[in-house]
Amino acid sequence: MAHRIAVTKRPGITDAVGLKTVRRIARDLDLTVERVETVEVYVVDGDLDAETLERVAGQVFTDPVLEEAAVNRLAPGEFDWLVEVGFRPGVTDNAGRTARESLALVLDRSVADTPAVYNAREYRFTGALEREEVERIARSLLANTLIQRVTVLDRVAALASGLEATVPRVTELEVDTTVQSVDLSGSDEDLAQLSREMVLALSVEELCVIRDHFASAEMVAQRTEAGLPAAPTDVEMECLAQTWSEHCKHKIFNAHIYNHRGNDEAEIIDSLFDTFIKGATDVVRENRGEDDICVSVFKDNAGVVRFTDEHNLVFKVETHNSPSALDPYGGALTGIVGVNRDPFGTGMGAELIFNTNVFCLASPFYEGEIPPRLLHPRRVLEGVREGVEHGGNKSGIPTVNGSLVFDDRYLGKPLVYCGTGGIMPAILQGAPSHEKAARPGDVIVMVGGRIGADGIHGATFSSEELHEGSPATAVQIGDPITQKRMTDLLLVVRDKGLYTAITDNGAGGLSSSVGEMAQDSGGADVDLSKAPLKYEGLAPWEIFLSEAQERMTLAVGPDRLASFMALAERYQVEATPLGTFNDSGQLTVRWGDRLLASLNMTFLHEGLPPMRLEARLVPGPAADDPFPEDSDWGETLLALLGRLNVCSKEYWVRQYDHEVQGGSVVKPLCGARGDGPSDAAVLRPLLDRPEGVVVAHGICPRFIDIDPYHMAACAVDEAVRNAVCVGADPTRLAALDNFCWSDPVLSETNPEGAHKLGQLVQTCRALYDACVFYGIPLISGKDSMKNDYRIGDTRIGIPPTLLISVLGQMKDASMAVTMDVKAPGHLVYVVGTTGHHMAGTEWAGHHGWTGACVPQVDLKENEERYRRLHEAISRGLVASCHDLSDGGLAVALAESAFAGDLGLDVDLGLAPREELSRGEVILFAETPGRFLVTISPRATEDWEQLMADQEMALVGSVTEERRLKVSGLSRGVVIDLDLETLRDAWRRPLDL
Amino acid sequence: MANAVNVLVVTGNGTNCERETAHAARLAGSDRVDVRMIWDLLAGEVRLEGYQLLCLPGGFLDGDDLGAAKAAAIRWRYARVADGGGRLVDQLARFIEAGNLVLGICNGFQLMAKLGLVPATASSSGAGDVAAQQASVGVNDSGRFEDRWVRIAVDPESPCVFTRGLTSLEVGVRHGEGKVIFGDEATAAAVEAGHLAPVRYAAADGAPTEDYPANPNGSAGGIAGLCDPTGRCFGLMPHPEAFTHRTNHPRWTRQPDLPEEGAGLAIFKNAVDYIRG
Repeated sequence: MAHRIAVTKRPGITDAVGLKTVRRIARDLDLTVERVETVEVYVVDGDLDAETLERVAGQVFTDPVLEEAAVNRLAPGEFDWLVEVGFRPGVTDNAGRTARESLALVLDRSVADTPAVYNAREYRFTGALEREEVERIARSLLANTLIQRVTVLDRVAALASGLEATVPRVTELEVDTTVQSVDLSGSDEDLAQLSREMVLALSVEELCVIRDHFASAEMVAQRTEAGLPAAPTDVEMECLAQTWSEHCKHKIFNAHIYNHRGNDEAEIIDSLFDTFIKGATDVVRENRGEDDICVSVFKDNAGVVRFTDEHNLVFKVETHNSPSALDPYGGALTGIVGVNRDPFGTGMGAELIFNTNVFCLASPFYEGEIPPRLLHPRRVLEGVREGVEHGGNKSGIPTVNGSLVFDDRYLGKPLVYCGTGGIMPAILQGAPSHEKAARPGDVIVMVGGRIGADGIHGATFSSEELHEGSPATAVQIGDPITQKRMTDLLLVVRDKGLYTAITDNGAGGLSSSVGEMAQDSGGADVDLSKAPLKYEGLAPWEIFLSEAQERMTLAVGPDRLASFMALAERYQVEATPLGTFNDSGQLTVRWGDRLLASLNMTFLHEGLPPMRLEARLVPGPAADDPFPEDSDWGETLLALLGRLNVCSKEYWVRQYDHEVQGGSVVKPLCGARGDGPSDAAVLRPLLDRPEGVVVAHGICPRFIDIDPYHMAACAVDEAVRNAVCVGADPTRLAALDNFCWSDPVLSETNPEGAHKLGQLVQTCRALYDACVFYGIPLISGKDSMKNDYRIGDTRIGIPPTLLISVLGQMKDASMAVTMDVKAPGHLVYVVGTTGHHMAGTEWAGHHGWTGACVPQVDLKENEERYRRLHEAISRGLVASCHDLSDGGLAVALAESAFAGDLGLDVDLGLAPREELSRGEVILFAETPGRFLVTISPRATEDWEQLMADQEMALVGSVTEERRLKVSGLSRGVVIDLDLETLRDAWRRPLDL
Repeated sequence: MANAVNVLVVTGNGTNCERETAHAARLAGSDRVDVRMIWDLLAGEVRLEGYQLLCLPGGFLDGDDLGAAKAAAIRWRYARVADGGGRLVDQLARFIEAGNLVLGICNGFQLMAKLGLVPATASSSGAGDVAAQQASVGVNDSGRFEDRWVRIAVDPESPCVFTRGLTSLEVGVRHGEGKVIFGDEATAAAVEAGHLAPVRYAAADGAPTEDYPANPNGSAGGIAGLCDPTGRCFGLMPHPEAFTHRTNHPRWTRQPDLPEEGAGLAIFKNAVDYIRG
């Protein structure tokens, strides 16, 4: 029988979570609740006598100073309404798992012999609320009904019935391990329907290739002999579908593209990836020669570059958009702990040293209608924040860099970019650490969490648009502690040389990890009956494809297996041998002795035919609208400071641990009062060495509709500029590209596909040009191509978005520079010429103005400028340096001033500019390649000498008077505002 | 001859500040610093004997799922060491009884409070009584995890050996559960009388404060950490191990006169000096 233990606060103890809930209800739902009391509930699913229950209620479930427990009765307290929120069966319940382990210790039993424990929470409301209002609070704030159940009771009902102990046990079905064969003999229409029903996300053409492969006489004979049906089994079909998914195979980036440009003959591009991404890196590496920093690019879970003589850096950025749309918390949490496993599974495995995150969302203040199955952006925003907080903080990885980008078209699909950097010794056991290979005879060992129905079809799901039938099992909740235990173990066994290869179980689960590792040995044989399950009732193909989190797959030499297993047991990490790697040329899957699948390795990995796609870019606006009336530039500056893309993100920064591991050098917020927005992060991962790692990014989706080429060039430039601002060496940068696109495949239902693909082509072209010119290799990346929402007549496609993340290096981190002005009397320089670049800017957004004059990058000028600036920073000549980006020079002046808590007096008539530029252009244009720099009078001479032929001007000085004064434009003194007004305008909008 | 200083930094199961804690202990001049997993202690492969300073670093033990470090406190109290080594907690009691030092930082402090290592006012010996929990560390009044830097005022009359000679300190806090709460009035009074709260959050003028954000969690009297009456067991919410170099300071680019060595190191140096004798 199940027992319910309810834990309340002792009298006099503040219920901070309850108070926070009251505030959120008021802010987000505009409802007044007098009081919310929270009660933690633990349901113990097993027989314990009354005396034992009372004892463990005290010893396990309550803190004697803070809490008291009520066993199998309603906890005391006044309330009008009671809402209980618990997990649905099978959803990861971290507190329940921990409680069971603690209960086992107190009962002195093994965990297996201890009753399961399930966690839930009561919210008790006091206040005049209608049932409908309570239901609304429960569903739109407290619970996500996709993964949680909700019980709402009024006081009378609660007192009358008490509360049942609800056990979200998974109903374990009879294990059916037989496989079905999949009939591919039907018409094209039948095949299309089959793909939809099985969530295969394969095209008819692809299904035909599979059909033909299986139909050959040789295959039929082979399969008959092996005891397999002629048609592919469900295990084989699912494995092929996931290996061939857009998510895993990047079909669009590898397609043959016919790019139509005006009336000219179509340009044929054979693989965007080979031509522009890998193509750029190949050229950069060759140009760099001996100074090439790349160690391993594009072939592993993450890119690897040289850092010190003894250490390499590893970096990967992923997206987790589709799951985050359904459950923002679980989606983002899984996103961050998932991307952690990429550097961790690169080479022989890296220690993780930083996280980054960029969210693209609709405005949290969005007031329009929310289409079915979508969540309000405010909810998404808070959910992903909490997910990244728990994922990063609990894993002990500092979240050092990130952004929030707002555009209401992200309503259709929020973008959640999560990145993780790592470090590893260049040499391990006498061999290069970035190399690994499973050998024939090595044992396949799965390590970490167990397998459940979670995340089945994640790879194929993320390759589809969000629709009504999107599977809820695609949602998972990460478990950072199970993962931490696993990574703790694996770093120890890595250094003991106990495995030969390692990779992550991400999209596609075992089918993907084993399938990939088997490429090195030449085959593998897996016995799914050995796989540890969270609960019974999974079909074999589900076990093979499950994306249940916190798992790595290893290749362990048979002679090392015993040592490995012993350490895993000590560290309380589940490790299970599932089969062996071999050189049979086949990936075979069995249940005990029974063969379920036998796939030819070559066909699995190389059999996919390239897609053929049409691209045709529709040009953006050809001319500017007339300029709007903008009579008070001070007011305009305040408005821009308060725009969502510009304003302070302190609410997020403070809730992420950005200093753990002890190497923090430049934090996300800097300056006299810790409220200046740093351009990039600097950290020192090796505490006994001076070298710094710089992390920066660029993202400019506002320019995509005007000109995708310049959008991409601007994103690269922004990332580079940010890195250079804090002190990164521009000759030792590496970049990652993450594309999130609206479906670029032309079809009857997607008439804009050719235009979207045209945008993608231009974006890639710019990426190539910028990276080759700046000498920056692209070392890894990811694309997510189906970021659309379609239910009924509603279609929302995101603005195609490119995130460029930059990994930089400094010889000496203590030469880093921050963006806050430092002392009165310092001289203020504007570096770089301001052009007529107003289209797509924050200023344009503020005025609702459209134009054609999108910011454009002058690669040649900038490349030289960045090298000079870096030299100045390295010589200690620069007091502060801030990049000019969103909101232009005016916003940068305001930010650097209030961050330094000092005034600025500048004459912008002196700033370098193109001829005939209007005042608002100088103030608000977003021309790339520019900086606001302050220099101590002592260093001025050296600085000016070093920058002699650069487009640069001394425009004023830092003042004691805490005001920003801007003059020199046609209207005399155009801005004269005190720091508090500026700071307040910047801090208030998202001070949640 | 001066005593050897051997330091054990315990990690595993969610602890995540072990590297910088070990680094601080090394910089402070320890002879040997070992970072080992709690699992190695439970396996009997590592024992506390032979060490003079036990560091319990920050992190999220068991994900803080039942409350900060609660499940870890249960593990320390109830788990048995393999090979008939008795309970881990007995080893810990003997370690403290023998005159050794324990330093708990953030999650490590939460663990110490929940194990009853601090303030330990009820224990006549002032040490070794790991049975009774007298204080706890509750959710911040803000209801949020926060990462920010604070100023700490040090009580010069405290018996704490880790804070000897210090008057104030700037240091980072990074926690969601840092509000120190006592089980009863008597404990609170004993802590005041015995100067067992060596560190308190301070306002700009240096005086202890309860005002946010100088006091990040609402701790009464600004209490940021506790020691036992011997001063050898000390736990605190802020992270001195994350301030071992000037570049850790949030305003180092504005303060050219900051010493190269981070101020947090003083806590570790005091421990080393005490052990050296």
